[in-house]
Amino acid sequence: MAPKLCALCAKSRAILKRPKTGQQICKECFFYVFETEVHNTITQSQLFKPGDRVAIGASGGKDSTVLAYVMKTLNERYDYGVHLYLLSIDEGITGYRDDSLETVKRNQQQYSMPLKILSYNDLYGWTMDAVVAQIGKKNNCTFCGVFRRQALDRGAAMLNVDHIVTGHNADDIAETVLMNVMRGDIARLGRCTSICTQGEDTIKRSKPFKYAYEKEIVMYAYFKKLDYFSTECIYSPDAYRGHARAFLKDLEAARPSAIIDIIHSGEAFAVKEEVKATQKAQQTCKRCGYMSSNELCKACSLLEGLERGAAAAGVTDRARKKLDAEGPVPEGLRTIPYFQMPSGPGPSTTIQIDTS
Amino acid sequence: MTTTTITTKSVRIEFGGGLELLFANQKSHKVDLPGTMVDGKPTNVHDLILWLRDNLLKEREELFLDKNTVRPGILVLINDTDWELEGEGDYVVQNNDEIVFISTLHGG
Repeated sequence: MAPKLCALCAKSRAILKRPKTGQQICKECFFYVFETEVHNTITQSQLFKPGDRVAIGASGGKDSTVLAYVMKTLNERYDYGVHLYLLSIDEGITGYRDDSLETVKRNQQQYSMPLKILSYNDLYGWTMDAVVAQIGKKNNCTFCGVFRRQALDRGAAMLNVDHIVTGHNADDIAETVLMNVMRGDIARLGRCTSICTQGEDTIKRSKPFKYAYEKEIVMYAYFKKLDYFSTECIYSPDAYRGHARAFLKDLEAARPSAIIDIIHSGEAFAVKEEVKATQKAQQTCKRCGYMSSNELCKACSLLEGLERGAAAAGVTDRARKKLDAEGPVPEGLRTIPYFQMPSGPGPSTTIQIDTS
Repeated sequence: MTTTTITTKSVRIEFGGGLELLFANQKSHKVDLPGTMVDGKPTNVHDLILWLRDNLLKEREELFLDKNTVRPGILVLINDTDWELEGEGDYVVQNNDEIVFISTLHGG
């Protein structure tokens, strides 16, 4: 078979079929269009301004490793003037996260970015290993997800950054749209396609890979020979997301534009005012000061359940009522340190980075 | 009686993105494939995938195969080119080819 020529430069041999467009392109053009599309996403949404301190949520996996590399490349190429940090959360999963953190530590050297690692054990007094030892594998993803979200914000506050970027890609977002439709979760459906979320009491968070296909991220890592870690979490994966993911991959195989089409569908949903009015207003958690839609934030509720040996209390309303009926919170219960937004002393401030 | 010459094709196989876990946690393999299949047709990538299932795969077949081809979400490269440009399963395997399988399904 004669080699196919790149649809963009018409000079080099094509090595990749783009899922988004069906174009056959060469390696150099692929690097260029992939990076440029991310740059366009960043500039069109005006994600950064010069002097911003930006933490990259880094797990050592493919998405965040490629994100760190591309952010560094674009920051230098287009002179964004942002200060980049790596922020990793150590969930305390032996044989999984400890290995992937080694990858992040290598990325720290390779990309010369400061790294901060914050562990569940430091923050909550519980590793995921200990959580699973108490509650079993069922529902453990609930704990991990809630704890990670809050840990990222707290780690970001420690780094005193303005902004967290995460490696969520187009496939992840399409999956989330599908899951929210299937669950009828209108509040999440309304916001899950936003490239950037920011509340008054939270650190700005965004997803520069919102429109980047997983296939292209993996191909990019492969052709750039980036060092990333891939293995499954040793605790049972999120089964519901697994189904959404398998369904999405089948759709993609039949029609590759399905992923971007589902994101567009999610963006086009409009939530009626009377539906919005029924949604709970945000408040701050009375115990730890983190944003919450209830008196207690989800992490405090989950932690209290763990500490009192009634882990289900953080997961279901019924178990929560039962726990509340048992009386007030016992003295000496472990709680999460009070959350404070970064004070924002400006970009010139140097802070101590834990590099251990 | 007719004599048949047995030719084999030597192929390098690489697994990545976590797929190696299904293949004895070994990323790189050198394999000798039959040059033709029982029906006399030259061995293609589709045949190779089934051959890998029967000869190299150690566990959880459903994470590698779906409906007799690689599961959606597994990328295949033939000599560093997306297999979608090479005819996918119909590509006839050549001696000394390098074929890479990368899972995109593992955590980000």
